[in-house]
Amino acid sequence: MSGVHAHALHYHGHSPVHRLAPEVKIVAMFAFVAAVIATPTRAVWAFGFLAAVLAVAVGLAEIPMGFFLKRLSIEIPFVIFALAMPFVGQGPYVEVGSLSLSVPGLWGSWNVLAKATLSVGASIVLSATTEVADILSGFDRLRAPRLLTAIAGFMVRYLEVVVSELGRVRTAIAARLGDLSRRREAATLAAVSGTMFIRAYERGERIHQAMLARGYQGVMPAAAAPELPVRWSGMVAWAASAWVVAAAAILTT
Amino acid sequence: MHVPDGFIDAATSVGTGVVAAGGLGVSLRKAARALRDFHVPLAGVTAALIFALQMLNFPVLPGVSGHLMGGALAAILLGPWMGAAVVSVVVIVQALFFADGGVSALGVNVTNIALVTAFVAWPVFRVVLKILPKTRLSAMAAAMASAFVSVLAGSFAFVLEYALGGVGGAPIGTVLGAMTGIHALIGIGEGLITATALGTVLAVRPDLVQGVADVELSGTDTVPTGRAVTTFVLTGLVVAIALVLFVAPFASPHPDGLETVAEETGFASAAQEHPIGGPLADYQVAGVESETVGTIVSGIIGTVIAFAIGLGIVAVSRRRARSA
Amino acid sequence: MTALLEVEDLAYTYPDGTEALRGATFSVAEGERVALLGPNGAGKTTLLLALIGIIQASRGVVRVGGVTLEPETYPEVRRRIGIVFQDPDDQLFMPTVWRDVAFGPANLGLDGEEVETRTKEALAAVDMEQQADRAPHHLSGGEARRAAIATVLSMRPDVLVLDEPTSNLDPVGRRELADLLSTLDTTQIVVTHDLPFALRLCPRSIVLNGGRVAADGPTAELLSDTDLMAANRLELPYGFDPGTIAGR
Repeated sequence: MSGVHAHALHYHGHSPVHRLAPEVKIVAMFAFVAAVIATPTRAVWAFGFLAAVLAVAVGLAEIPMGFFLKRLSIEIPFVIFALAMPFVGQGPYVEVGSLSLSVPGLWGSWNVLAKATLSVGASIVLSATTEVADILSGFDRLRAPRLLTAIAGFMVRYLEVVVSELGRVRTAIAARLGDLSRRREAATLAAVSGTMFIRAYERGERIHQAMLARGYQGVMPAAAAPELPVRWSGMVAWAASAWVVAAAAILTT
Repeated sequence: MHVPDGFIDAATSVGTGVVAAGGLGVSLRKAARALRDFHVPLAGVTAALIFALQMLNFPVLPGVSGHLMGGALAAILLGPWMGAAVVSVVVIVQALFFADGGVSALGVNVTNIALVTAFVAWPVFRVVLKILPKTRLSAMAAAMASAFVSVLAGSFAFVLEYALGGVGGAPIGTVLGAMTGIHALIGIGEGLITATALGTVLAVRPDLVQGVADVELSGTDTVPTGRAVTTFVLTGLVVAIALVLFVAPFASPHPDGLETVAEETGFASAAQEHPIGGPLADYQVAGVESETVGTIVSGIIGTVIAFAIGLGIVAVSRRRARSA
Repeated sequence: MTALLEVEDLAYTYPDGTEALRGATFSVAEGERVALLGPNGAGKTTLLLALIGIIQASRGVVRVGGVTLEPETYPEVRRRIGIVFQDPDDQLFMPTVWRDVAFGPANLGLDGEEVETRTKEALAAVDMEQQADRAPHHLSGGEARRAAIATVLSMRPDVLVLDEPTSNLDPVGRRELADLLSTLDTTQIVVTHDLPFALRLCPRSIVLNGGRVAADGPTAELLSDTDLMAANRLELPYGFDPGTIAGR
């Protein structure tokens, strides 16, 4: 899966958005997504304006359009099943060629496509301009549960270790057992999952020993203060523009 | 099963967000108290493992593949609280960084994929294990049943959320039928993977498994005979199929809609094999709201009945095994 | 010379009954570099874990700089005895090298500026200042090893203990590591299978076998004692003759 490599998510740069403190960007993303969700489906014009607001962020972040669209296209297929809605929804119906499509279903498809695209776009701006570790620190400073960010931190750190280990095991299976039917490969992998868990457990123990040896006493040290200045005003203005659009759409629908 | 943005309305998004935050908060607090703190790195590495395993596909139908969700496995291995927390982290990271699941659908996805599965899998596992003889195979059978039920429970939770605030006007019956059909099959795969993985762990390090922490299992270091394995796997499958057969009839008050869906989109082709209609088909009451609730309630009742029957089958086979 | 680290009659039995340590006794003076040798299963890793209370010895005393190891003094002992574990992937668990190196001082409760000073100092000591912002899984074997050492150096330990530091290093990497360690003036204990490395870096060696100290003396002498080597399952690399290495 292409998404595993964290550095593929990040686009190195020094734009004003890159230089924003991560907690500011996290709040910005959620505020934008909230505005998108709040916008009524039928205010099609509003989504155009929201896309423009997002484009402003992409531009300020100096993210190349090619990179942005590539990330967007990799992730959009998840919404493809939303295309089933016009076929499954209830009446009223509309004739399109030889098909009888549900009108609420069509609006539903539009809703998912528009909102998911904009929301994913916002998260791309976040992950492209902020290293994963910094995003987690941002959540720490926003007072997310410490245990949660600690687990997430370890998960992100050991993801590639686990994935490459799993890859090696799969190679070993292929080398030893040759061409297996999908079903047998799945069965072998299932058994291997158990072994991988045992290794995960033992690694967890060793990591904990290393932590204890360096003075860990049950609480992860607080995230260091951000090296970047924490400036909220620019972000607030940007998010407000999205909300102005959403509010206008709500009031006029 | 990761729901994207725009599939449910804003109110449901916020509501499920509150539920998820609450459930996750409770899980974190209980996990922190119950387990020694070296489980923090363990939880992280396990989360990485579940994330990695979710990327592997297994065949469900020709041309259709499912993947492991992991809630049941995490709960059986780490306990319900840490299990729920671990899978929640996976789901949250997937949504925020990999666009697998909408940011606004975090409440829905965390609830269905992490909380519901872990909190359903754990008691089912413990109950089934309690009534079976204390062997490694019993634990595997219990894992199979609990994983299957957990997947179905997660899909029922989604149908409930869709009934409350779904977008797109699909009739609840159709959604329930399609979701149940697909997830029954995914659930079988999840059950097999969970059972097999657990079997490996029990064979090597049974002390690591929270689900059997207070249970003395025999047969952990012996290789099971082929016949014993077959018995238990078949038992698990019978339970699974019984559940599916009983739920599916309630799911579709509109057989035409289901057939159209199957034709046009090709998904849930398994649904075509299920008998449409059935003894409680006229459970539907006039009025949209009642129909929705009625369908879901009948589905739940059907599941409980089927599960009880499944447990009965298991108990009978246990008595048979003892006298054999 | 006064003893910096004293270990007396240390014993530990694992829950499954394995008696990993059966009364190990030795002391290390300030400024010494000592190799800890012994076959697999001799109890070397157990000794390290018991040294800082990660596992609790059933018997015996550990004293470092006059501080006796007991639960109340764990934080102090763990600062004074810095252990670099075998697998850098276990040692480097933070998202960046900088955060890993800063983890120790941060846990000591030092203020931000002091943490930063020590982190920079430790990174400089292992020549990893340029790689401070890199993710650990992007480091080469040698870089990861150096970063792992830095994570302990930032706590300014009195005794630096390294568990199999040359595993997974190529010969040049091993030589570079030996050079690095010789520039550090901390007292050092190096657990290793790599006998030439031990001879190169450590004038004195302790042989651990069956949970007890089987020999304790100048490395060159121990490695030349063929009976001793055989009795403790130690074997020199093919063609290696410690006698030809000029004394230092």
